[in-house]
Amino acid sequence: MPLAYVAFYVVVIGPVDLWHLLARPRIAELLRNTVTLAIACMAATAVLGVSLGVLVERTDLPGRRLWHGLLVAPLAVPAFVNGYAWVSLDRSVHGFTGAFTVVTLSYYPLVYLPVVAMLRRLDPALEESAWSLGHSRARTFRTVVLPQLRPALLGGALLVGLHLLAEFGALSLLRFPTFTTAIYDQYGSTFNGAAATAMAVVLVLLCLVLLLAELRLRGNRRYARLGRGAARSAVPAALGPWRWPLLGVVGAVVVLALGVPAYSLVRWLVIGTSTEFPVAELAEALVATIALALAGAVVTTLAAIPVVWLAVRHRGWASTVIERSTYIANALPGIVVGLALVVASLRLVPGIYQTAALLVAAYVILFLPRAVVTVRAGLEQAPTMLDDVAHSLGTGPLATARRVTLPLIAPSLGAGAALVFLAISTELTATLMLSPIGTHTLATEFWSASSELRYGAAAPYALLLVLVSIPATVLLMRSDGPATRTERVPA
Amino acid sequence: MSTPPRRAIKRASVALAATLLTASTLSGCGVFGSPDLVVYNAQHEELLDEIVPMFEEQSGLDVELRSGKDLEMANQIVEEGEDSPADVFLTENSPAMSIVDNAGLFAELPEAATASIPDEYVPSDRAWTGFLARSTVAMYNTDTMTDADMPDSILDFADPEWKGRVAFSPTGADFQAIVSAVLELEGEQATADWLAGLEENGVIVQNNLVVMQSVDSGEVDAGIAYHYYWYRDRQENGSDSDSSALHFFGNQDPGAFLSISGAGILDSSEHKDAAEEFVTWLTSTDAQQAMAESYALEYPLNPDAKLDPAVKPFDELEPPTVDVASLNGPQVTELMTAAGLL
Repeated sequence: MPLAYVAFYVVVIGPVDLWHLLARPRIAELLRNTVTLAIACMAATAVLGVSLGVLVERTDLPGRRLWHGLLVAPLAVPAFVNGYAWVSLDRSVHGFTGAFTVVTLSYYPLVYLPVVAMLRRLDPALEESAWSLGHSRARTFRTVVLPQLRPALLGGALLVGLHLLAEFGALSLLRFPTFTTAIYDQYGSTFNGAAATAMAVVLVLLCLVLLLAELRLRGNRRYARLGRGAARSAVPAALGPWRWPLLGVVGAVVVLALGVPAYSLVRWLVIGTSTEFPVAELAEALVATIALALAGAVVTTLAAIPVVWLAVRHRGWASTVIERSTYIANALPGIVVGLALVVASLRLVPGIYQTAALLVAAYVILFLPRAVVTVRAGLEQAPTMLDDVAHSLGTGPLATARRVTLPLIAPSLGAGAALVFLAISTELTATLMLSPIGTHTLATEFWSASSELRYGAAAPYALLLVLVSIPATVLLMRSDGPATRTERVPA
Repeated sequence: MSTPPRRAIKRASVALAATLLTASTLSGCGVFGSPDLVVYNAQHEELLDEIVPMFEEQSGLDVELRSGKDLEMANQIVEEGEDSPADVFLTENSPAMSIVDNAGLFAELPEAATASIPDEYVPSDRAWTGFLARSTVAMYNTDTMTDADMPDSILDFADPEWKGRVAFSPTGADFQAIVSAVLELEGEQATADWLAGLEENGVIVQNNLVVMQSVDSGEVDAGIAYHYYWYRDRQENGSDSDSSALHFFGNQDPGAFLSISGAGILDSSEHKDAAEEFVTWLTSTDAQQAMAESYALEYPLNPDAKLDPAVKPFDELEPPTVDVASLNGPQVTELMTAAGLL
């Protein structure tokens, strides 16, 4: 529907005016900013995610379990809280360098998690065969392990790219204009202006480029194995003299990604002149956030089930298109989706305008892909054979779904819901626009305080946001994370 | 799959039950309940949070605020039309009021609501009233500049000598109101030239507070903003204003533009009595004095209310004469988009 909205307004604007709006220096500047930041961050998160994953999973780095926990933990710190933490400590953190640093530190777990999951599932026998054939460890890694990591790496990098295209809060705080922040600025001046729609068109195209690139790079290879393989862990590589320097590197990442926001938050809580703890407002925002995020997570996950069912059990180009099209909304900023829903609800069903129901609908549109990705991985691993066996034993289709398939995919439903919960609790722009009058969430309150530079007043909300995110992050850490979809079991 | 399937299903149903429970509790305790008066507020949220409770106590009415930016909310109200949940609309600057007024969505104000406000701050159709005013200023860094180094006119910031030295926030409704005044006073071509020069010279930041910080920290020599940011910081602890000072252009320069915050009642309001009571109260001496004594330091428009004497007196501002009803928001946005500022 947001796509239909964008398309509708493109028609309303007309090709001549659209061209006029697109062919101007500002668009070139935004395009340059958006593309360079996306490429730089995807490359940096890929390098960081893979090297950290290998270090933690495949070497004798001291304290590996502890480091794993600490390396995933930044997922619980929303990017805009991270941006706030940096910019409020040092005003010189801004522009490209600032945006690159903060975004990379916030998003690298999106690559790290799937890479770790993949490394854990690789059968060490593959590598051992390579060694027995005389390959060195380094060469084995390059020719055997790395190609296997490809889908996890690409999937993770795709998520980073999509997140980045839609990122508003962090980039706005760090003063690095991209299409999303520019759309927001236009919206602030016109609400429903042609220039904003024109920029949304460019954003959709960028998203398409990303999706196609990922499909292309991933290729048609299958990465499944036929047997179950050996359920044992690989022999860790000895780091030797590199042990301590590398430990230092991992430590530095944790300090930058986790230490800086923690220090900054505590500092503002303690010394901020505008720090206050309005208990009633904090509690109200907390309850509203949790209620909206829970409702959104449940509805989104339920909505993901039919999409995934079609995509996995009835493969074909149509189901691929349906599945992939949900990604586009993921890269559209919340503001475009919000605006589409405002316009649509006012013209079609004014009764639901500014109700919680409409806001939840926006969340479903925005975050369906995240649930789809995770639930899909679960369903891919549930063999159809089991359904057939159940059928042959006289169980009806509904009962099969309830007693066989549902229990099999339940963990991935949980992980999908956790991912959506995380995303909703930190959603800002659609919430600002669509929330019922008088409803404030932690994210909107945080934003209103931090954009007035009342850093101290923003701190309690930021802290609560992090606390709310912790349970979902733990749940994700236990499951295999968002990009397990890339592992295919032969159909 | 680490979790036994049955437990996972149980967990999911517990989560679902919890959601439904929270949702019903929320609606039960009035978080989603309906208030007596809905105010779409584009004025500073902090100011309204300070004075609305006074009105609620006096009137016994329950007021809900929905906050946003001037032009965003004005255009939202136009989009909402007859279905708008808003009863009252408050802005920081008048161009947003004109957008709603031009769409014919305001109800005429009662006599009492405008009785204590001088005529020049009320449009002739009495669709809305001014209730606060703010003066355009330039801030400058006192370590690198003196008042004598400042230009005579705000238009001079477009000159090449200011390249990289002046900060402003083009996305803010405040700056856009200043542009609308330049447009009204100097015409379209001069405004377009001025904006092009600023785009070339300016350091763009996200709001006026950052303008002030950038000037005070010496990142830039000067900045364009409204007067009260600097005075507020001075009153608080001065951490962002101790190395800067204000330059008032005066002399009827566009840079001395006095921007009017407006209040209006939506014609579609289902709470007209409450809305009239609120707007009348907002212009009363009591409320105007309360706003004058608040942290805000904007100029009250009711002549009986007195602002802190530390703020440059209202009658010394020498602003240019601008008809409050004539400032054009949409054309400003177009010009700024064309200049690459939006």
